[in-house]
Amino acid sequence: MSIVGTRVVRVEDHQLITQGGTYVEDLRVEALTGAVHAMFVRSPVAHARVTVDASAALEAPGVVAVYTAADLDLAPHKAGPVVEPWLADGVVRYVGEPVALVLTEERYQLADAAELVDVDYDPLDVVASIDAALSDETVLFPDQGTNTLQTTGGEFDDKAFDDCEVVVTKTILNQRVAPAPLEVRGAACAWGDDGRLTLWLSTQNAQISRATVAKGLGVDAKDVRVITPDVGGGFGAKIGTDPESVVLGWASKRSGRPIRWVETRSENLVAMTHGRAQQNTVTIGGRRDGTVLAFRLEVVQDAGAYPRTMFLPTLTELMATGVYHFPKVETSSRAVVTNTTPIAAYRGAGRPEATAAIERAMDLFAAEIGVDPAEVRRINFIRPEEFPYTSPTGASYDTGEYAKALDKVLEAGGYAGLRAEQARRRESGDPVALGLGIATYVEITGGDSGGESGRLLINPDGSVTAYTGSSPHGQGLDTTLTMLLSDQLGVPMERITVRHGDTDEVPRAIGTFGSRSLQLGGSALRQAADQVIDQARALAADRLEASPDDVELVDGAFQVRGAPASGSVTWAQLAEEAELTADVWFGDGSPTFPFGAHLAVVEVDTLTGKVVLKRIIACDDAGPIVNPLAFQGQRHGGLGQGAAQALLEVMNYDADGNPTTATLADYSFVTAPELPDFELVDSETPTTRNLLGVKGIGEAATIGSTPAVHNAVVDALSHLGVRHLDMPTTPLRVWQALTEARKAN
Amino acid sequence: MKVSIEINGTTVSEEVEDRTLLVHFVREQAGLTATNIGCDTTSCGACTVLLDGESVKSCTVLAAQADGHRVTTLEGLRGEGGDLHPVQRAFREEHGLQCGFCTPGMIMASVSLLDHNPKPTRQEVRDGLEGNLCRCTGYHNIVNAVMNASGQEVQR
Repeated sequence: MSIVGTRVVRVEDHQLITQGGTYVEDLRVEALTGAVHAMFVRSPVAHARVTVDASAALEAPGVVAVYTAADLDLAPHKAGPVVEPWLADGVVRYVGEPVALVLTEERYQLADAAELVDVDYDPLDVVASIDAALSDETVLFPDQGTNTLQTTGGEFDDKAFDDCEVVVTKTILNQRVAPAPLEVRGAACAWGDDGRLTLWLSTQNAQISRATVAKGLGVDAKDVRVITPDVGGGFGAKIGTDPESVVLGWASKRSGRPIRWVETRSENLVAMTHGRAQQNTVTIGGRRDGTVLAFRLEVVQDAGAYPRTMFLPTLTELMATGVYHFPKVETSSRAVVTNTTPIAAYRGAGRPEATAAIERAMDLFAAEIGVDPAEVRRINFIRPEEFPYTSPTGASYDTGEYAKALDKVLEAGGYAGLRAEQARRRESGDPVALGLGIATYVEITGGDSGGESGRLLINPDGSVTAYTGSSPHGQGLDTTLTMLLSDQLGVPMERITVRHGDTDEVPRAIGTFGSRSLQLGGSALRQAADQVIDQARALAADRLEASPDDVELVDGAFQVRGAPASGSVTWAQLAEEAELTADVWFGDGSPTFPFGAHLAVVEVDTLTGKVVLKRIIACDDAGPIVNPLAFQGQRHGGLGQGAAQALLEVMNYDADGNPTTATLADYSFVTAPELPDFELVDSETPTTRNLLGVKGIGEAATIGSTPAVHNAVVDALSHLGVRHLDMPTTPLRVWQALTEARKAN
Repeated sequence: MKVSIEINGTTVSEEVEDRTLLVHFVREQAGLTATNIGCDTTSCGACTVLLDGESVKSCTVLAAQADGHRVTTLEGLRGEGGDLHPVQRAFREEHGLQCGFCTPGMIMASVSLLDHNPKPTRQEVRDGLEGNLCRCTGYHNIVNAVMNASGQEVQR
């Protein structure tokens, strides 16, 4: 019987629950013997000219070296159209920008020495917000002449909304959040006698990191080996590597010492890239019967001080229309630089922002015409018979059952009953208002259109070693891939080992991000296993004196079809005879489009503004499910993280560019008492775009849950005159919205 | 100063700086790296260990304060025959972990929670784990793990 589709506990867990993982800080390998400890001195001001004097620090106990931009002999690297220095070179542009690197013999000497690095900060005017950036009163990069470093679209049709009975427009803030994996960034590195650098790095893709580090150091990629030990979460912010790793590799060479580096949480919150940070203006128009005729999305992306990831606003444009078929669609985007931490990928990366904008817009439109938000969605869904569907912005959706997903969650949630309860509370004047929020979403997985590698080897004892270019860090992919291979090869799970994250073992790969691992990495191993089975079948045919076409694999042994009594050959017997191995690149990287619907139920105390998330009911359809345990786990995590953005997470800066949420005492992670038990509704709509029929699930639930919870909070307040409030829906913000609404009434 | 701490049944005596934190003593002097550091404000709970049987965040305890006391870390939780502690077993069965970084602290906090309240409600579990942050699981399965370990029904 196939184990695919059954709930299999993870092969990863035994070590994690008995000895803990081996994260980069836990490494006790010989190559790191005698390693020095590293700490970056980071700017405490947002924008200033800097001069650095390291002389006092160099005299401090245990100091091996202090390096500044003046010491570095590396070619500069680009961030979008501008140069981002490895260490601040004359100017700092955000709080947290690395200014110097300190190396000491002992860990406890680091902070003491770092304090003695004398940096003179001569303040410059600060651009701390999107509005300030757009004004161009202060320009971060004078050579550019403007803070707007990327522009797309914007040639709008003045008559686009002329046929509409109703037009609503709103600017919606998708606030800046911190990915903040529980394991902060860390690295260790050592140069070998062979002139090669080994870099142990907490990353989502060793191979991309290797390319970045080799390029930064000006060496050949073959001279760098990147190894990912256990990685304590990434959420997109550990895609590849940040400039720090290049500086560490350089410093290890210059000092002649292996180096260990781990940042503090406070550093992580200001120096690891942030996510979201978009200001989206939606204009939605249509008829009073609920038909949307035109939709316009204008994206302004805060790129932070160095525009490292400019695909985010354009990906938001690509996914602008969500699950709906609109006759007229227009989008534009601008990306601006500000004196804040650079923005890059964070769980969903561009798609949550698109979904949040369109799903808020649908609710705004529904409220304006007085039609239930569920009904407005139903009227405008892309119909199942329209797939494959090319959206007006150019996305090619594979398959979808949007109305079905919505109906399922509304039924599971008891939507009609909840609406009745809401009406009852409103009539009775209950100060605790009930809010229902709907979000129906489609997202894109494997959207980078790249492929992935897979290599398979049957060992002489019949056990299997699989090498994947994917790089899991909590998703349970080891287990999922092992299940697939066990099923396909007929080899028990405990005889299969999945290896990843070492560029010497897997030189060519793209890694884990964009929910691509199962659909691409899994397909690659499927293809490799197919090839190995073909090799084995040919060998077995010789032994069994049959045609290869007549040989079949049954329960891990090859036999003649229809004649099991004539004997069988095992994997071990065949592997002794010849090398059974295949190394493939699954190159058909067509993206897939998972979808779903979420219903959130909140209670809002209208006297205090306090919001309590009572229920969240989620349908997330990513095609066939390999391991329900891992699948549900990804959804749970996504629901929690997505709801947290709606409810409480925000990375705040004051007008001078000082982060005011730079510790976990200030930056709000969602905690266990703030979340309800999740109610999951299952649905499986396969794709034809890969060998497994699967779509990605890593980001889906995050994408749906944020607007569902956000919409629920607004819905709770709608009878009091509130049409919109920005996230996070903190008590203060809710209370302010209520106060404004009462004034307006 | 010299500090002696009984960690998982073995006494570790080392000369350390006065300011050495218990978490660093456990990781560096005792060489037990399951206990993790996730923040610098005693907010995340990744470093939770048992000190004389009570859960503490070991990043906020000086090694000197634990001098002469008894510490249990994740590595010391298994039974004599190597059997998993019921909480360890339950975390695996209920998929109560993903990346695993919060897990040692989460398991130790759960052990302590059940010591004080052997049959908690789901809400009591949630409240009891408020000081331990998880970024991966959304907590649902962590609550299930604690319920399972206490012999109660779970909500899959």
